[in-house]
Order: sequence, then C-alpha cells, then structure tokens
Amino acid sequence: MTGAPEPTAPGQPSAAPAPPAHRSDSANWAGKVDRLEVEKRAGVRGTNVSGRRLAGPVQGFGKMWQKTFAISGLSVTPEHAIAEWRAHFPEFWPAGNRFAASLTGISPGEVALLDLSVGGTKLSTGVLVLYVDERSFTFMTPQGHMFGGWITFSADNAPGGTRVEAQMLLRASDPIYEAALGLGGHRKEAQFWRATLTALGRHLGVEEPQVEQSVVCVDSQRQWSKWRNVWYNSAVRSVGQSVTGPLRSRPKKAAESSEA
Amino acid sequence: MDAPVVAMDVRYAGEEVAVIDITGEVTSACEPILMAAYETASGSGTRRLVLNFTGLEYMNSGGIGMLVTLLVRANRQRQELAAYGLSEHYQQIFELTRLDEAIAIHHDEVSALGTDPTAVQR
Repeated sequence: MTGAPEPTAPGQPSAAPAPPAHRSDSANWAGKVDRLEVEKRAGVRGTNVSGRRLAGPVQGFGKMWQKTFAISGLSVTPEHAIAEWRAHFPEFWPAGNRFAASLTGISPGEVALLDLSVGGTKLSTGVLVLYVDERSFTFMTPQGHMFGGWITFSADNAPGGTRVEAQMLLRASDPIYEAALGLGGHRKEAQFWRATLTALGRHLGVEEPQVEQSVVCVDSQRQWSKWRNVWYNSAVRSVGQSVTGPLRSRPKKAAESSEA
Repeated sequence: MDAPVVAMDVRYAGEEVAVIDITGEVTSACEPILMAAYETASGSGTRRLVLNFTGLEYMNSGGIGMLVTLLVRANRQRQELAAYGLSEHYQQIFELTRLDEAIAIHHDEVSALGTDPTAVQR
C-alpha cells in the first residue's frame, strides 16, 4: 500500500483515472477454453481429459494448501533455468510417471496428458498450460484431477544464486481424494516434488541439491457443496478403464483378425 | 526477488463497502501489499470489498493465485468480493481460471458497489 486510506463520501465513486498503457501479455496466457480437447498421444492412456472443464481452487472440495518446493544457489540465470525446465520437464519426474506434452511442448493453451502412479494404480489425467513467461509457467488442472488448482514453476534471482521453485495452490478435488491425502497422500506428493526438484537441480549443475519445503494450510474449511466432483474422479475412472480396457479392445481385435 | 511495482490504496464507499484501487503490476510479489490493503479495508463492519482494476497494467498467474488467497480471507469474514475495471483480456482470464465464479465482475464502480446488484457482467 502506498498511502493512507482516503475516505470518500458514502456512495460517491471516485473519478476513474485515465487507463494506463498496458504491457501486453496476451501471448503469455492460454486462450479461452470451455472444455478441454486433446488428441491421442503415444505413451500415455490419455483418458479423463477430453470434454472436461478446468477446475481451480475455487472449484475444489478439500482444505486449501499452498505447497512450495524450492532449491537455491543455482549458477544459471532464471531464464535459463525455466527454459531447461520446460524443455526437459518429463525427464525430471520420478520413474513410473508419464507426462506427454503436445508437439509444441509447454506453451500457453496446450494440454499435457499424464499417467501418474498412485497407490499401485495408474491414474490418467492432464493439465492445461495456463501461463508461460521467461521466468515462470503455470499448469491448471481439469475436473477429475486429484487436485483443483494451479502449479506454478518459477525462477528468480536470490542471494547466493538463482532460486527455482514449484508452488501449488490447490484443494483435493473430491472427498475420495481428500481422504487419500490424509492417508499418506501429502507425504507421497512431497516425495514426488522433492525428487523432481532434486533431478532438476542436478541437471542445472548442483551436485547435492537441498530441497526446501513449505506447506501452508490456506483454508482449513472444506467446500462440502463440491462433493459431487467425485463423479469425475480420474482415479476411480482409471481403475474402471484398466479393468474394462481389454474387454473393449477385444471386439476390435476380433474384427481385425477376421479381416486378415 | 524483484520489488513489486504496484500501489493499492483503500477508500471507503459507505459504512460496509471498501474499495481497493490497484495500480501497476499484480504478481505474487505484491502479496504483502495486498494483504495490508485488505487489513485496512476490512476494518470495522466491512461487508463488501471491491477491487478496482482500472489501473491494472499487468497480472501473471501468481497474481491470480494471490487473489484466491484474498478470497479465502474475505470468505472467512463473510465478506463479498467484487471487481470492476478489468480489461477484456483480464476478464477472459478470470473466466478461464473460473475465478469469476467467486469474484463478481462488474462494468463499473456503481454496480460493483452493490447499488445495482443486477449489473453483474457476463
């Protein structure tokens, strides 16, 4: 805040100031999206994304968390760190998890498909690339993802060298995910991001990256009106798709063999 | 971290309504400034907080996240949050991020102040 409040008479709006010269950032943001559309990609199942709406923390069910995982002391510029992170994003993920970006990579408006190892099963979902600039990029989750929220990956100058961080603002999407978070999900998620930041740090030249972690409960209230999000739960649907997948592909295979 | 380039000034438009005039660049770096403005604005008996974005020059995803944090604090105090002065571009971003479902977007200050509750912009 730059000055003391200047009370005005009740109901008397102040004169609107002249509009400032806006710095254009249209190219940094995804365009308007009502429902996600995505094509099949090699290496991932690619289900539970097409036709889904985006869902942020406002649409989530569980407590709201702000989680930050960071490493400091990098000897590269923030711009270089973010360029490398974007270019090699899937390589820093722990084994067993797949991230399939589009051909244009991590660019505003693109949808990436994910296969995540969760509790012994494979959860298929995705993210929209919401925002990209030289020092940061942000993903937003669709309906059915474990979380309703945003994840921002950023780099900035700091004493001792560049600092990179992954910061999430999220709620569990539905009561099932909220329960899972309480039963070890938070710990697993922290392990995931610590491993990711460690791999990134090594890639950027740090021999023994020290990952700083901060977890803040921004809102301890659950949004009970959002319990119906469970309908889209990608974990439940992914299990169903794993079970019914072979059955669904059988008629197709039978048709192919009869044609041969 | 680079210093934020933003000003957030508070004024009152009635006993229960406060306006935060936002000028400059809204990023996560200006969270302490926004929260200080909120503390001032949500003094005694404020039921409605209006964010004036007429002077907004730039907002990144960190800025959007910060508004969610503000929304949580306002909800906790049972305060309504409204906004006006957003350019078409930033209105689209509010819609894209579905923030418009929690922060009512208005054409102008008069409707944002609540004197014309039917004037929510769609």
